[in-house]
Amino acid sequence: MPETLTAPLTTSTGRVLRTEEMVINMGPQHPSTHGVLRLELIVDGEIVVDVIPHIGYLHRCFEKHAEHMTNYQQVIPYCDRLDYIAAMNMDWAYALAIEKLLGIKVPERVEYIRVIMAELQRIASHLIAIGTYGLDLGAFTPFLYCFRDRERILDLFEMTCGARLLYNYIWVGGVSHDLPPGFIDKAKDFCGYFRPNIKELNDLLTYNEIFVKRTANVGVLPADVAIAYGCSGPMLRGSGVNFDLRRDDPYSIYDRFKWEVQVGKGEMGTVGDCWDRYIVRVREMEQSVKIVEQALDQIVDGDVASAIPKRIRPPVGDVYVRSESPRGEIGFYVVSDGSATPYRVKARSPAFVNLSVTPEICRGYMIADVVAIAGSVDIVLGEVDR
Amino acid sequence: MDQFLKSILDNDILVYVVVALLPLVWIVPYALFAVWLERKLAAHMQDRLGPMRTGGWHGWAQSFADILKLMQKEDIVPASADKKLHYLAPYVVFIGSYAAFAAIPFSSGLIGSNINIGLFYVIAVSALVVVGILMAGWSSNNKWSLLGAMRSAAQIVSYEIPTALALLTVVMIAGTLNLQEINQLQTGWFWHWFVFQKFPFPFVAFIIYFVASLAETNRTPFDIPEAESELVAGYHTEYSGMKFALFFLAEYANMFAVSAVASTLFLGGWNSPFGDFLGGPFWGVFWFLSKGMFFVIIQMWLRWTLPRLRVDQLMYVSWKVLTPWAFACIVGVGFWLMM
Repeated sequence: MPETLTAPLTTSTGRVLRTEEMVINMGPQHPSTHGVLRLELIVDGEIVVDVIPHIGYLHRCFEKHAEHMTNYQQVIPYCDRLDYIAAMNMDWAYALAIEKLLGIKVPERVEYIRVIMAELQRIASHLIAIGTYGLDLGAFTPFLYCFRDRERILDLFEMTCGARLLYNYIWVGGVSHDLPPGFIDKAKDFCGYFRPNIKELNDLLTYNEIFVKRTANVGVLPADVAIAYGCSGPMLRGSGVNFDLRRDDPYSIYDRFKWEVQVGKGEMGTVGDCWDRYIVRVREMEQSVKIVEQALDQIVDGDVASAIPKRIRPPVGDVYVRSESPRGEIGFYVVSDGSATPYRVKARSPAFVNLSVTPEICRGYMIADVVAIAGSVDIVLGEVDR
Repeated sequence: MDQFLKSILDNDILVYVVVALLPLVWIVPYALFAVWLERKLAAHMQDRLGPMRTGGWHGWAQSFADILKLMQKEDIVPASADKKLHYLAPYVVFIGSYAAFAAIPFSSGLIGSNINIGLFYVIAVSALVVVGILMAGWSSNNKWSLLGAMRSAAQIVSYEIPTALALLTVVMIAGTLNLQEINQLQTGWFWHWFVFQKFPFPFVAFIIYFVASLAETNRTPFDIPEAESELVAGYHTEYSGMKFALFFLAEYANMFAVSAVASTLFLGGWNSPFGDFLGGPFWGVFWFLSKGMFFVIIQMWLRWTLPRLRVDQLMYVSWKVLTPWAFACIVGVGFWLMM
């Protein structure tokens, strides 16, 4: 942590100069707040004394909307718009909650399709996180390389369900379309194509001397603070906590695949610094490729629409189901009053919780570090503000 | 050159005007070309095409279209800005980088002013840029601009020290500050260039100069004053239209100015690398511009490859790495010359 000025500034006659902290408004229109986040920075020169995040610029009343649909399926397009970088994971999380409420068991093929889509989406989401992170630190080229690779994933999604960003693909009890012919080969091609690109990314950005200098030992989030604030996802794993819902609270068919949870080890600096959070994302992409390849090999035939209920009227009750989105634990708490619409839908958004720890880890660093820290938290404002 | 012009124009003032305009005739088309080149280079490095439409062949007219657009844009001055300073700043910045060209020898027969303290003049006059940047940052009445300007002032002032020290090693070898004479001393094959003399001291000095000049022109990895992801656009956040274009022009002019100094002092300037092959005043312009453009392209290449340093790391590089090594070069060359 850089030293702050401790001795007061004095003139040649010994008079103490009055100095003041300056308030700077970062956002809501700022290139590196990743959306319409506003950070109120209180700075002493270049040193940040405090950060106050202001949110709500993208509030769209998701939860109220969900209560006023005509049925449960209609909520899914709104779920897409929560974390629009990882819409598949959002759809899936909601579908899991309603399926648990209804007690539906989905067909095997659907489970495999969902895993493939969710992991591809995780790669796509991490690519954006990594690319924009490089951009925040001034490296422009990796950003475009990441988008080039993400494009291939979006093409796969497009050929499956016609949409590239907001899919409305994973429905309660199934998926909207079966995999199109040729999808499996194309997805395998992608996995082969993508592996060497991770190495290229590492050469260009991850182990770049300047990049390491900018991120190592910056924004250190100790494991106990991360747990106390309820951080999840790469943010928590970056701090060295070995916790992943896919393994520790397994849902769907994740227990069938061989993969490893990646944690930050403090290779370049301290455990829990920005570089650790970054490298966890890079390594998770490798693991996701592994899962996708296994799922593509094991996939079984079946009817993807057989378990989709014609009418959804869950019994009176409530349910909380959580799953691992690229940003951490996305949970839906759904209360049913027995009617065709949910009585209450509450989304537990990982980015919102992760953002709340930002002021804690920004204090005492420089303005440039706030950019590095905010980027490493990887927020999506659609999900923070809901 | 001016003798020749005097013989046809027969008017001293006209001659001076023509000689003063010559660099401008070079800078403006060069800047337009360099902006286009940078965009194309960046695009091809990043697996895309860049501008392809404007003008037909690979979007060659994109820069012209951009400058036409900038000229037509409304010139917005913030309501609470210091109007006079705000108006003056881009001109000061541009004059600072443009005036440096006056003493740079484009060829053995083409130099604006063959003064005996040419190098000293170039270093001094390019320091004017800091004043302009500070004016821009202060007058905009925007905290981001001010932060950018303060960083810029700190950066440029600290990087002028290793720059000047690195250039001093060459001056010690050459024994003159006159840039034309420095060039003449390097005539012959490329091993006569100062960068290969008294190895390795001028070579190290050359690398120090190149790194420091990146910082002086605010290029990546030292583009902290205008770090767009931190400070929006740094000191020129509040500028629009032609004033913004002037900052842009000054940046590219500055890029070439530092490259020109590097090639003049270390790489033989207008000398052909192959002895008398393609020598002479006319080809001198070609060699000089090629060497200058070579460094400009390296600067572009670095920009699209590297991330950016942080302010304190930047100061560290200047004061704890470059400056001591530059001193070491001076001491080394000094010993060599005494022996």
